Amino acid sequence: MIEPKSKFPIKGFREGLLITIGEGDWQKQIDELLLHIDGQQEFFEGAKVAIDVNERKLRAAEVSKLRDKLADRRVSLFALLSKSAATEAVAETLGLSTKKSDLKSGTGELPHALHGGENALIIHKTLRSGASVKFAGDVVVDGDVNPGAEIMASGSIYIWGILRGTAHAGIEGSRKELIAALEIETSHLRIADVDYQEPKIKVRIKKKAEKAFLDGKNIKIVDSDQYKRLE
Amino acid sequence: MTAKIITVTSGKGGVGKTTATANIAVALAQMGQRVVCLDADIGLRNLDVVMGLENRIVYDLVDVIEGRCRLKQAMIRDKRFDELHLIPAAQTRDKNAVSPSDMVKLGDELREEADWVIIDSPAGIERGFRNAIAPADEILVVTNPDVSAVRDADRIIGLIEAEQKEPAKLIINRMHPEMVQRGDMLDAQDVLDLLAVKLIGIVPEDEHVIISTNVGKPVVLEEKSMAGQAFRNISRRLMGDEVPLLNLDYKDDFITKLSRIFK
Repeated sequence: MIEPKSKFPIKGFREGLLITIGEGDWQKQIDELLLHIDGQQEFFEGAKVAIDVNERKLRAAEVSKLRDKLADRRVSLFALLSKSAATEAVAETLGLSTKKSDLKSGTGELPHALHGGENALIIHKTLRSGASVKFAGDVVVDGDVNPGAEIMASGSIYIWGILRGTAHAGIEGSRKELIAALEIETSHLRIADVDYQEPKIKVRIKKKAEKAFLDGKNIKIVDSDQYKRLE
Repeated sequence: MTAKIITVTSGKGGVGKTTATANIAVALAQMGQRVVCLDADIGLRNLDVVMGLENRIVYDLVDVIEGRCRLKQAMIRDKRFDELHLIPAAQTRDKNAVSPSDMVKLGDELREEADWVIIDSPAGIERGFRNAIAPADEILVVTNPDVSAVRDADRIIGLIEAEQKEPAKLIINRMHPEMVQRGDMLDAQDVLDLLAVKLIGIVPEDEHVIISTNVGKPVVLEEKSMAGQAFRNISRRLMGDEVPLLNLDYKDDFITKLSRIFK
């Protein structure tokens, strides 16, 4: 299903519509899109919409304003696709999906870092309940990971704070990845396809950073100075 | 002088948003401030009952927004304080009757009418919540010291950060000092460690709250109530006073101090 009259490429997916917004002044583009939607109310009413902004960097206020404007037209924005890691982070904190795989089943492609060679995503804040980060490479969090937040990385996960949420390192099967945190207060740990086995009970008084790694079949948690990464 | 707009929200339902809104508003009015309360919980209105004003309702929030009455007509004057008003929520509509930009517009009009506008938010993270926080200068997140309320508060604080609002401040409601003492309840420090926001008050569990809700007389009007005192203190902190946290009567005898050291 393609809308030929529109200057915005609109494609139909099983989940809803995918609208691509190209380059140029954001506000102007949005005004035109809204005008287009107003002109075809019947077509758009009640629709679930994903918007692809390519490499554009958007602020949370801009995205939430767009979502409100769409909601006023009974169109719900459920996903924001972007190649910009900043825009993706914004979409995630607003609870929007960022994965193309949510539209089309099967592809399962992971977002890659923008800067070539540096395959790590650094997050400078605490991830609160509801936040979800999925990344091809290592993930570094400068803050806590609270209960209800999750990180999935094809590489390792380093948290300069307390891990209370869910961490899955090596999602593409690499078994040498690790999960490091100043404190691990959760049993929701996964490395490659292995789950942490023991229910974690907080009895140890730790003054050191801890690391979880895969030791044969099981995940072990040790003080960080007891474990040196094996290459 | 224009009003400061404060939204009281929580994520989880039943933690005491409406009670907090009513009590903070009444406490500010007691201090001689001009206050307008706004019930943004459209379809599930409650604030009028807690304030004892349900019989006076003629127009509501949606009437103002849809232009069926003037702002002043929907502002119900309180029984006890001439400078305290309530704009009730519509009971027969739902939250889609209002948009965040409607709320910003309404908030701006109200700024001329008062020193403080206190908005009672609905539970949840959907449209109703976004309506309630849209006009806010400051957001107070109410939570209880239990893991599910705290997790919802965490989610709400994340959403507030994403909207690029001022960082929220926290009210911990229904604290039970004896239960904390026995280790059966999270204490304030546990909650703050997780949420990492500023605390603006701790309100103890107090049966006066239920009694006063049922008779429509906010608990701050009870001189002897601990919860009332806690809400008065929160209001003074909003006014910029330095008020120490209530001593919630921890029985700090020698043995418990000792056992805490070795815990």
